[in-house]
Amino acid sequence: MTIALAVSDLKKTYSGGFEALKGISFQVQSGDFMALLGPNGAGKSTTIGIISSLVNKSSGSVRIYGQDIDQDFAAAKMNIGIVPQEFNFNQFEKVGDILRTQAGYFGIDQKTAAERAEKYLKLLGLWDKRDDRSRMLSGGMKRRLMIARALVHEPKLLVLDEPTAGVDIELRRSMWVFLQQLNKQGTTIILTTHYLEEAEHLCRSIAIIDHGQIIEQCSMKAFLARLDKETLVLDLGQDISVAPVLDGARTTLVDAHTLEVEVSKQAPLNDIFTRLSELGIAVTSMRNKANRLEELFVSMVERNA
Amino acid sequence: MNWQQKFNAFNTIVTKEIRRFMRIWIQTLIPPAITIALYFVIFGELIGRRIGQIGDYSYMEYIVPGLIMMSVITNSYSNVVSSFFSTKFQRSIEEMLVSPMPNYIVIGGFVLGGVARGLAVGVIVTALSLFFTQLAVENIFITITMVVLTAILFSLGGFINAVYARSFDDISIVPTFVLTPLTYLGGVFYSVSMLPDFWEGVSKANPIVYMVNGFRYGILGISDVNVGLAYGMVILFIVALYCWAHWLLKNGVGIRS
Repeated sequence: MTIALAVSDLKKTYSGGFEALKGISFQVQSGDFMALLGPNGAGKSTTIGIISSLVNKSSGSVRIYGQDIDQDFAAAKMNIGIVPQEFNFNQFEKVGDILRTQAGYFGIDQKTAAERAEKYLKLLGLWDKRDDRSRMLSGGMKRRLMIARALVHEPKLLVLDEPTAGVDIELRRSMWVFLQQLNKQGTTIILTTHYLEEAEHLCRSIAIIDHGQIIEQCSMKAFLARLDKETLVLDLGQDISVAPVLDGARTTLVDAHTLEVEVSKQAPLNDIFTRLSELGIAVTSMRNKANRLEELFVSMVERNA
Repeated sequence: MNWQQKFNAFNTIVTKEIRRFMRIWIQTLIPPAITIALYFVIFGELIGRRIGQIGDYSYMEYIVPGLIMMSVITNSYSNVVSSFFSTKFQRSIEEMLVSPMPNYIVIGGFVLGGVARGLAVGVIVTALSLFFTQLAVENIFITITMVVLTAILFSLGGFINAVYARSFDDISIVPTFVLTPLTYLGGVFYSVSMLPDFWEGVSKANPIVYMVNGFRYGILGISDVNVGLAYGMVILFIVALYCWAHWLLKNGVGIRS
């Protein structure tokens, strides 16, 4: 299996003496969709900054598809696209020009640059904004513009630093679909996000960074398997005022017609429904509460504190 | 990157830079032309008549090359310093930093943008000067090479200033406190040979004296300094400033954290 990204013993100490990275190492397989998670100030953005050459490392190495970012600078850069956390394009430039210019920086000729700009602006729903100044775009459109810009040289590895921060749910979901399609077509994706539901939904592997160290790296499936409990959200047929007592489960009344039931993964659910029926409580629908990753993440970070 | 890709990248920066100053031509091309036209009227016409001849030339004829050079110097410098600093300020410099472009392409692209603006203003000022005096170019090769080399030198200076600048104040300090005094004292309005020996010697430590006189030699055929020495000075400064700019980009000074 080809390694898309290999980070080895990466250290970063800022000029003020703050040690942001204390020798992290991790690898990302080609074709993977990996979540790089961590609390604020854990070192995620510093890691991405070093990978993308926006931050000078103190020591260690980074290889992108086998190319060292110091020794094979140009070849490594050709394979990576970066979507940063903050808007970093010229606010006075036209949307189409931003993409064409970025393509030019990667050595792409003007004709191909124009074709690529059209392709990615259309894919991200910005084609009708191509002649607008970028400052006129909404927040969500600006995020999509940065994704289109990162793709214009068609990199094999795409790194997104909180791409859905401040984006409404509808747009977030459409970005999820886009990123999943991109990944299916072969692009390796690394995603940092504070929306753990997003990471759980999209990513196949996970790395958790905290206090400048990688404290976990494994597949999402293996990580979630560690959780021995799950929470079910039950929509009730009628309003109740007190959460019912159920053997082997912890119940929480969210509101008069929504009940959360935390049960062991091994426990049969039949008993719970039997008991609810005995109490005259009808369940109209049921779903898993999407907080599994959040629970594990919080417990892991707390343990590391 | 192969050479074709490097050329495409270089062409992208140069086109972007030229498009930038052409888009705002009312701010970039017209004001320097008006300023220099005022110099022609006040110093050349009104005061110049009382000053009389300098050597075989009228005062107006004498100051025209210096004023053209002054406009080229200030505009090539200010174009690069403002453009590169604004890419830093808006963080769009990151678009270049994440790309595979070598540093010399980035420096070269911005410098050529600065040279283009410096020369554009220089051509406008030269055209304006024809309303006030006749201009016969003595040596076209020296005239062109000296103005282009000077524009390159001050574009590099603007680039270095922009790399170090942390605020918009920082990009006006060098032009105000260094560039303008050196230009005014660089033999634009007078011959340094008119000064007492001591001040003539001091003036010859000012590199702008060599550029102004080199260019004046190209147009009028007279100079206070040896033209070969003027070329040597300009080329030496270009090499030194380029190495400095390259070192700054390589180490990410003022750009990378």
